[in-house]
Amino acid sequence: MSAILVPVCEEEAAGMIRAAAAAGRRLAISGGNTRSGFGSPVSADAVLRSAGMSGIVAYDPAEMVMTARAGTPLAEIEETLLDNGQMLSFDPIDHRAIMGTDGEPTIGGVFATNASGPRRLSAGAARDSLLGIRFVNGRGEVIRAGGRVMKNVTGLDLVKLLAGSHGTLGFLTEVTFRVLPRPKTEQTIIVSGLDDEAAARVMAAAMGLSVEVSAAAHLPESVRGRFLGGHLPEGAATVLRLEGLAASVPVRAARLRELFGRHAPVSANENEASAHLWRQIRDVAPYADSTSRPVWRVSVAPSAGFQVVAALRLEAGIDAFYDWQGGLVWMRMEADPEPDLLRRAIAHFGGGHATLMRASAQMRTTVPAFEPLSPAVAALSARVKQQLDPAGIFNPGKMAGL
Amino acid sequence: MSETIAFLKPRADVLARRSTIIADLADLLPPEGLVHEPRELVPFETDAFVSYRRLPLAVALPTSTAEVAAVLRYCHRYGIPVVPRGAGTSLCGGAIPQEDAVVIGLSRLSRILEIDPFNRTATVQAGVTNLAISDAVSPEGFFYAPDPSSQLACTIGGNIGMNSGGAHCLKYGVTTNNLLGVTLVLVDGTVIELGGKHLDAAGYDLLGLVCGSEGQLGIVTEATVRILAKPEGARPVLFGFETSEEAGACVADVIGSGIIPVAIEFMDKPAIEICEAFAKAGYPLDVGALLIVEVEGSEAEMDAMLSLIVEIARRHGVRTVRECQSATEAALIWKGRKSAFGATGRIADYICMDGTVPLSQLSHVLKRTGEIVAGFGLRVANVFHAGDGNMHPLILFNANDPVEAAKAETAGNEILKLCVDAGGCLTGEHGVGIEKRDLMRHQYSEADLAQQMAVRAAFDPQWLMNPSKVFPLEGRPAA
Ligand SMILES: Cc1cc2nc3c(=O)[nH]c(=O)nc-3n(C[C@H](O)[C@H](O)[C@H](O)COP(=O)(O)OP(=O)(O)OC[C@H]3O[C@@H](n4cnc5c(N)ncnc54)[C@H](O)[C@@H]3O)c2cc1C
Repeated sequence: MSAILVPVCEEEAAGMIRAAAAAGRRLAISGGNTRSGFGSPVSADAVLRSAGMSGIVAYDPAEMVMTARAGTPLAEIEETLLDNGQMLSFDPIDHRAIMGTDGEPTIGGVFATNASGPRRLSAGAARDSLLGIRFVNGRGEVIRAGGRVMKNVTGLDLVKLLAGSHGTLGFLTEVTFRVLPRPKTEQTIIVSGLDDEAAARVMAAAMGLSVEVSAAAHLPESVRGRFLGGHLPEGAATVLRLEGLAASVPVRAARLRELFGRHAPVSANENEASAHLWRQIRDVAPYADSTSRPVWRVSVAPSAGFQVVAALRLEAGIDAFYDWQGGLVWMRMEADPEPDLLRRAIAHFGGGHATLMRASAQMRTTVPAFEPLSPAVAALSARVKQQLDPAGIFNPGKMAGL
Repeated sequence: MSETIAFLKPRADVLARRSTIIADLADLLPPEGLVHEPRELVPFETDAFVSYRRLPLAVALPTSTAEVAAVLRYCHRYGIPVVPRGAGTSLCGGAIPQEDAVVIGLSRLSRILEIDPFNRTATVQAGVTNLAISDAVSPEGFFYAPDPSSQLACTIGGNIGMNSGGAHCLKYGVTTNNLLGVTLVLVDGTVIELGGKHLDAAGYDLLGLVCGSEGQLGIVTEATVRILAKPEGARPVLFGFETSEEAGACVADVIGSGIIPVAIEFMDKPAIEICEAFAKAGYPLDVGALLIVEVEGSEAEMDAMLSLIVEIARRHGVRTVRECQSATEAALIWKGRKSAFGATGRIADYICMDGTVPLSQLSHVLKRTGEIVAGFGLRVANVFHAGDGNMHPLILFNANDPVEAAKAETAGNEILKLCVDAGGCLTGEHGVGIEKRDLMRHQYSEADLAQQMAVRAAFDPQWLMNPSKVFPLEGRPAA
């Protein structure tokens, strides 16, 4: 990969893409390059970066909507929101620590990877917050989809299609997204000493209550010490996050403590400690170990998470912890990524998908990073790709098979 | 009513083969699963956009995914257009058939397949009504959040077709935010599964693309949706304001203050009068505009939120504040709102617009809407989801007067253009259908539309699925 193209505006980007399409030149798409290890290896002739298109274009806090150019640093956006008592509701994960990358995450990259963290369980994914986009398709045409209003069913929802398409369908130039008021106060209830199955039951019970738990994770004993500098109480930690008005959080917390305290030790963390814990869960702190041992991100039904892990343990060396009520499993393999074992277990317990987040360069060339699709869905996805990027110049190989 | 919206010209070759097609379909379906006598086709000739009607060629009423697949495979093979239909409550003509089309009605796919409290999901067949899902999960302490006013009748398949919303989506989102998976039959009869009980897609978000695709990408036969724990309590409060402007400014301030109520519904004076006459909800008649703000949670939480909201309303000169003392009173407040369309239908014919605008534009758009409609010598009642800017002006007219009907349609189109020009969109939850199809170029550029149509073609290259809808008839790619 020789050339690095850094357009400073959408028009320039469109011109570069038109030229690349005409020449059959394949482009690796990136923002801040912090998520670039994502997916299968890309073989490209040049890099096209959004970093030159930066800045918040429009933000009216009273409307809870922001528009920003795709290359705007996430940090700039989060700071501006913080100043106005608002936030991104979906907790975008910062991939730098586990992927061992550096650079500045961009807002375009957040949406292109649908990067969502713990609050995804209650507040939706990045794709649910995304209201509108501008992008350049593989023909070099500028396309606008969606808008800047909360409700919009005008035509096909290309916004959802582009979100999470990992730069394989279009080059995002501008994104418009919904933001939420930042909760005034928060508290995390910690239930200690549960095994994975009991923890899954506690999380399911908590999510079935009207107390509005906004995030639910289980940190088994093997990873507990990696959170809050080892200050979580003794034993595995099942953690439930409550957020909201100062008048309501303690009332809801009391209900959870009452209910779960009958069977296990229960404690609580408040405000900054609570927020810090959830940032560590979001960013997969236990596996930010500067190694290239394989890390999987598995999405299954919450009732299936612990079963997939238990089944795999019989056949491979793994370590795991759970977010999203047990439905999101972060899994680090001792040695081999064992994709077949894992994918068979997922299918056996009701289906879902596994993404290989980290692995050695050699493994990444042989193991497809994304869950293989059924033949009919794969064929359909390929036809969709064909309609957006007919020459196949965007991120070839990244979503292998597509 | 004079017809200004065109349908595709019926395919002569399909019409000529009508009796063969009916005989072939009879082989694929049980006798009660096929309707073809002209008299029996009448109930399928339109939806809730009643000014347009077309008798379909036949109606298939399958009871399984396999039967849906068999009918689609057949229609695909012989180039016969297909129009999916749920309960036919579409307000934009999305379910109106055409003379050369086979309607595939999902009403008999009406089983609840699984309720899974652990994973908080319900899996149902496409013809299950929206309210039936909430009813089925209610004993377990759950509900299904998107609640269109038509929820007693409309189906989950239709909700997915339109990405429907409801009064409570300010907090809970619309259909697409609550949909986890579907079984989808593609135009050639291939059956695919998208999503499931897990979150997010393995590859492209095709589920997100299918939601709101108005029956153009395939037929949904089963859906898995998120169910949520019922709130401990919910309390609507009525606020009466002298003017719509004051009410609109109050909405913006409530949202801006960091409180998100579950719902903020708005009614102007004509809407208040119409609803009150019908529902006897006890709405104040001496105000110019009314807000229904609903909050949820424990008593303490609701008290805390409501005192903040009341304070904001007072800053905007609120005239009447009515907190309800009982569940009966709360239900009555909502009854008035939810019967708005029905009540309006009793006093006049109406068309309901559905544009969404940025909150900062609410007052301006309301004012201009009144001026536009008055300019045509007609009346308008506004009742809508104010918290998310989704407007519903109801333009009242007499359908037996063709001149008046044409004026109503023109006024409606001008209002929708106004919404787009104010930074909004043509439709927030009712869909494009035929009603707004010819306005799509006002919102989208040629390139935008061409890209959407190209993606559509990846699913249905021959344009057989609901082909007269959503995209302007001229300028389509050749099949
Ligand atoms: C009085 C009244 C109040 C309303 N209130 C609201 C409201 O508050 N919010 C709101 O959003 N809408 C509202 N609507 C509009 C309407 O009820 C919704 O659009 C509803 O989702 C339509 O559901 P249906 O089952 O009637 O579908 P139909 O009208 O039969 O079909 C709707 C569309 O979906 C397609 N479709 C239907 N079933 C399937 C399937 N299984 N697979 C694929 N495509 C399918 C059809 O082809 C059509 O394009 C209201 C309508 C009325 C009459």
